[in-house]
Amino acid sequence: MSGKELRCYEDLPPSPVTHDSSLVFKTGSWRTMRPVISKEKCKLCGFCWKFCPDVSIFEDSEGYPAVDYDYCKGCGICANECPFDAITMLEEDAI
Amino acid sequence: MKKTIPDIELMERGHQACLGCGAAHAMRYLLKGLGPKTIAAIPACCWAVIPGVYPYSCMDVPLQYVAFETTGASISGIEAALRAKGKKEGTTVVGWAGDGGTLDIGIQALSGAVERGHDVKYVCYDNEAYMNTGIQRSSATPFGAWTTTTPVGTTKAWKLSPKKNIVEIMVAHDIPYACTASVAYPEDLIKKAQKMKDITGPCFMHIYAPCPTGWKYPPEKTIELARLATDTCIFPLYEVTNGKYRITKRIKDEKKKDVLDYLRMQGRFKSLDEGAIQSIRDHVDFEWARLLRKEECFGEEQ
Repeated sequence: MSGKELRCYEDLPPSPVTHDSSLVFKTGSWRTMRPVISKEKCKLCGFCWKFCPDVSIFEDSEGYPAVDYDYCKGCGICANECPFDAITMLEEDAI
Repeated sequence: MKKTIPDIELMERGHQACLGCGAAHAMRYLLKGLGPKTIAAIPACCWAVIPGVYPYSCMDVPLQYVAFETTGASISGIEAALRAKGKKEGTTVVGWAGDGGTLDIGIQALSGAVERGHDVKYVCYDNEAYMNTGIQRSSATPFGAWTTTTPVGTTKAWKLSPKKNIVEIMVAHDIPYACTASVAYPEDLIKKAQKMKDITGPCFMHIYAPCPTGWKYPPEKTIELARLATDTCIFPLYEVTNGKYRITKRIKDEKKKDVLDYLRMQGRFKSLDEGAIQSIRDHVDFEWARLLRKEECFGEEQ
């Protein structure tokens, strides 16, 4: 402590405030199983987008769901919830 | 692509939750419902770790870390400060705590905040044990579950007491709005969050958030398991508005699934014998019948 008398907010030490986005953490490196979406089987129900805990499913330019492999951790919820079996989980090493 | 829930994402990618984490779903849906004008307070829980290490955060809303037992007091303080500054209008203050931080450690601060009538929203995401510190039993752990502090060995020392009913505790405070929600029903969860936002006064939400690590099941089953918990009436979805009960996901008797389907999916229940399973079944049926009766007696007038 500097021994300075605290009179107002500016006298307080700088508090730790987060200021950067977690997008720097590429959690895709955690993945062992990779979800692959088949556009032929996809009926655009949006279940995979809705149930992704990592927000890693986005809409591509054609309106189909696509996986953001930089952040997808490969939990497999999208493949489990897909009512049309349009998503298959493949081993990361096999690709 | 069909989108049945709002497009806005206030939880960024790159967070540090485990694979298939139910709590990550819960936060994503809650923020979709509450919108960007939200201030959150988070005590020690899994969500104290998930946003990422300093100075990074996955949250696009202001977030304050608080001490374990002070969530209720902290959100009261934030709300009072906003009111004193004249900035409360249109801002939602939300306390986000795990089941240990709500049902055990934070219950007196929560009780105080609700009793004083602050305009705060308190959300408990329930993964049924102290998952962040390594799966110790909490008062939200259900009967029969294995945890590291209720280990199942030759003596069969699984948890012997039932789960605490936190929504009833909140209803006993004459809270304007209390509800349960599940990550398997995001539309319902978001609708309830939007309702909380519009109510002036304390609100409480209890979210069922399965944990693959602590419950010992494969991560892809999170949503399936949460759906099964509602279909078996283990975790019914309902809301209580000014003492009036309304079941938001009605399970018809012929569609009700057996609790065994739910228990067999999880490693934490694998040692249960027939007697214990029957007592769980009886307890679930009793609680469900009681809830139906409550809705009948204290429901909204038709």
